[in-house]
Amino acid sequence: MVIYVNEDGFEVHEGTRLSQVRMHFRPDADVVIVNGFPVTDDLPLADGDRISLIKKGEAPPQEELEALMVARHTPGVHAKVKAATVAIAGVGGLGSPIAIALCRTGVGRLILADFDVVEPSNLNRQQYFVDQIGLLKVEALQDNLKRINPYVEVDIHPVRLTERHIPELFAPADVVVEAFDGADQKAMLVNCCRATWPDKPVVSGSGLAGHGPSNDITTRRAMTNLYMVGDGEAEARQGQGLMAPRVGVAAHHQANAVLRIILGEEPA
Amino acid sequence: MKIKINGTEKTINRSLTVQGLLEEMELQCKRVAVERNRDIVPQEALSTTALADGDELEIVHFVGGG
Repeated sequence: MVIYVNEDGFEVHEGTRLSQVRMHFRPDADVVIVNGFPVTDDLPLADGDRISLIKKGEAPPQEELEALMVARHTPGVHAKVKAATVAIAGVGGLGSPIAIALCRTGVGRLILADFDVVEPSNLNRQQYFVDQIGLLKVEALQDNLKRINPYVEVDIHPVRLTERHIPELFAPADVVVEAFDGADQKAMLVNCCRATWPDKPVVSGSGLAGHGPSNDITTRRAMTNLYMVGDGEAEARQGQGLMAPRVGVAAHHQANAVLRIILGEEPA
Repeated sequence: MKIKINGTEKTINRSLTVQGLLEEMELQCKRVAVERNRDIVPQEALSTTALADGDELEIVHFVGGG
């Protein structure tokens, strides 16, 4: 039978046990993950099992890092996300955490578009740092993503997206994420994408301001290939701000919808 | 005529465009996406697309924040 150790396949005898594999490859490993879940006991292995052996505190060789980073993924997910391209329109409160979640998941290529620069009022919810104030968001986020997972290709476009750019810039994407702030912009992007590519799924966020109940935020299929995340009502306005917890709940709904689409599952 | 809006049936007794319907619903054209019988209605066509009996509309109204 064949087992995979840190993503490389090896032929082993039937009845081989985890402890034998560990002793052979990495006797000092203190994190042992089998098929996405850490185990401490010895167990018999089966054909196709995926085993990761990690020594805490030790930087693995470059060629092993990517494999070890996905050790906690559900088996089979990595190959599919690695082949996917996702475009994100706007990298603020929604777009920056979505990009980070998809980067950690190992999506092969991200296309990011945003014209704006990082300023202090962004930092209550957007995934930037004080020392990035003044930088273009797409450049700052590209740097942050590289530090999280260098195996993701990140293309950046520091532009104010209009119907002129979208058909060209987002053409390579398998899924488009709408993560703008303004309602007009959200509608423009969704309408443009739906009209340009009837078969390309769009995941949009609307209704995530304030600190209302998290569970009011849902993912729903609103029309053909359009998935809406949010409570649909809570808009940003005077007296109702935007804060990390609820914007983050919506952002991660969107990221999980994207993941489900990539894996061929219905997001809602 | 009878149409369906987001799954709910509605009876309309006069000729009406999609834009007219949106105005009746107090929705701004610039903040919606409208699907009519599974096809998106482009923003510039909202004012010229007349509703017909049996139309099924899905209307998404966007609010700001992100």
